[in-house]
Amino acid sequence: MKHLKIASVGVLSLAAATMSAATKAEDLTLCWAAWDPANALVELSKDFESASGHTMNFEFVPWPNFADRMLNELNSGGKLCDLLIGDSQWIGGGAENGHYVKLNDFFDAEGISMDDFAPATVYAYSTWPKGTPNYYALPAMGDANGWFYRKDWFERDDIKAAYKEATGQELGEPKSQKELLQIAQFFQEREIDGKTVYGAAIFTERGSEGITMGATSALYPWGFKYENTPGEYDMEGAVNSAEAVEALEFYKEFYKTATPPGYTNSYMGESLDAFKSGQVAMAMNWFAFFPGLYADPDTGGDKIDFFVNPPQNQEGSTLGGQGISVVSYSDKKEASLEYIKWFSDPEVQAKWWSMGGYSAHNSVLQGDTFKDSAPFAADFLLAMDNVQDFWQEPAYAELLLAMQKRVHDFVVADQGTAQEALDKLIEDWTEVFEDEGKL
Amino acid sequence: MSDSTADKLAQKTPRRVARKIKGLSDRAIAWLFVGPTIFLLLAVNIFPLLWTINLSFTNFKANRINREVKYIGLRNYERILGDSDIWLSMQATAHFLFWTLFFQVLIGFALAWLINRKFRGNDLWTTIIVLPMMLSPAVVGNFWTFLYQPQIGLFNYIITFFTGADPSSFEMLGSVDLAPWAIVIVDTWMWTPFVMLICLAGLRSIPDYIYEAAEIDRASKLRQFFTITIPMVLPFLMLAILFRGIENFKMFDLVVQLTGGGPGSITEMASINLKREAFEKWRTGYSSAFAIILFVTVFGLASIYVKALNKVKER
Repeated sequence: MKHLKIASVGVLSLAAATMSAATKAEDLTLCWAAWDPANALVELSKDFESASGHTMNFEFVPWPNFADRMLNELNSGGKLCDLLIGDSQWIGGGAENGHYVKLNDFFDAEGISMDDFAPATVYAYSTWPKGTPNYYALPAMGDANGWFYRKDWFERDDIKAAYKEATGQELGEPKSQKELLQIAQFFQEREIDGKTVYGAAIFTERGSEGITMGATSALYPWGFKYENTPGEYDMEGAVNSAEAVEALEFYKEFYKTATPPGYTNSYMGESLDAFKSGQVAMAMNWFAFFPGLYADPDTGGDKIDFFVNPPQNQEGSTLGGQGISVVSYSDKKEASLEYIKWFSDPEVQAKWWSMGGYSAHNSVLQGDTFKDSAPFAADFLLAMDNVQDFWQEPAYAELLLAMQKRVHDFVVADQGTAQEALDKLIEDWTEVFEDEGKL
Repeated sequence: MSDSTADKLAQKTPRRVARKIKGLSDRAIAWLFVGPTIFLLLAVNIFPLLWTINLSFTNFKANRINREVKYIGLRNYERILGDSDIWLSMQATAHFLFWTLFFQVLIGFALAWLINRKFRGNDLWTTIIVLPMMLSPAVVGNFWTFLYQPQIGLFNYIITFFTGADPSSFEMLGSVDLAPWAIVIVDTWMWTPFVMLICLAGLRSIPDYIYEAAEIDRASKLRQFFTITIPMVLPFLMLAILFRGIENFKMFDLVVQLTGGGPGSITEMASINLKREAFEKWRTGYSSAFAIILFVTVFGLASIYVKALNKVKER
């Protein structure tokens, strides 16, 4: 088997080398967010460089500025990026505004099948209009919002006994959102090893997408829907349903009663900092960070464990992750497509996962050893089975900022009720869709 | 023939150019000199302004260049003026503007008055006081974020030291009630020295003989202050208010660093709102209309103010 793998990598390299002989060596620039998986991709791409003769350059932008920076680049027809690993919500704008190259003909010609990738990732990262076989990206990095916790604290007898006494239940990974809150409240302002710790780090950031990604992690398990009928934009009764109101009130209670002080504008970085500094017992964040967290010398290894976003009325996780697209303004489309072909290969995908990237390829995800390959691998599969994403419309930025405002106003700034926040959100979104000519 | 530098330079004018200029009137030569400046002004100020006015009547979105652009009359203006969120951002701007000007004028004038007195280390203190305004607003915003941190921040620690309150019990940047004051404090800390310097210039411009005459007339110190110092410093003070007022009306960087407009939208100034509409939501037509409204507001208020300033100067 090992010989077979080596042989197939050899054949692949030979094929890439042959292709590169036909096209001249190019300097390609790949744009993405600056985070752990991006570093892994730099390492992985060295194989492509040696096989193809092309040189890879990288433009990584910190998450808070990623959308602004990259969408400005696309909207101005910039040539900075030949390849872009763009957020899932950009696919509508990327396709309709002509920023991304449509990949159907290329996939057909090269024998790349979307059936080889996890359906949820193809739907979310590649297709526009949603669910149709029109592909503008190859699933590059599967991701969802999950949880991690201080396993060493959860296993301590004194803490377990205190929890049992306080709640009458055993302390363990929560099986529901309400149990999650109960555990977080138990740890809130608790003295552990002479230090005051807090319940959990959740997303409350106002400027980009933070609080929306956090709040939807409560909304989806409660059964939140964007529309009553998909594609009809009939939001009344869906966005502001009784379940949605309850979920939003729940998120506010979580923020008020179980997070560290001053946690008013926090996202990925703050969540990681709070956990690594031993400030919180649990934290939400994207699966993409989990390999780094597990490897952390102070709070990783035996001290950490992971769980999927707990259900309430149903299973539900907030989708993250991205697809890789060829930017239509690039002068090096041929070489960029070569990269995508190389990246889609199962062997490369297997290596991608082994280096810390989240492959969406079925050969990796359905492999016999996948679930045991990392302590969070099984949770990742579970999460990806039940992911939901935000609107992916071309006007997604307006839709997102409206939700950021309404949710932050209610959860953090105590303005109005959950019902009012969601009613106003429908008004905002209706106005956007009217402007778009969709209502 | 004179040997002045100007003459020497004039003699160096190439003959071909000299011949061409020779026939030009003074007026034409004046236009020749100011022409490039006027062209630059038209290109970078007037044309964009006119273009913005044009865009403000459309539904244009800069990120949707393929979409048909429609003229929608005054609809953008109607939406803005009827939008309660816009009025909240104007309210936040007004709160910030009023209180920063109030504190900066009060403290700035008091500091200038103290510094104007001759004492040992006068220059050193002046240098120390003006340090904050030399820093970048982004840097100031960042380190005040740490100072305001409820668990490790120095600000909360000092309040705790004096009041005994638990430092984690209040959040300067996270509380709806405190966040508007948190940004006022930082702006006041940073820009009071500017007001102080202008007031100091005003105080030092008052001739000593006026005070000496007042002393001879047996005017009390208080009377001297209100009848000599204040009226003579007033034009300087009003100039400082004008500069700070215009700056703070368009305040952006400091507040974005400190609160990002939050919590919720409590500290979302008009400029932050405008940036979100223009470059995050990409509602170019709508944001153009908003920019025009803000421009007219600042321009109108500044014009009235300058007239008042001129009247004070004439007195």
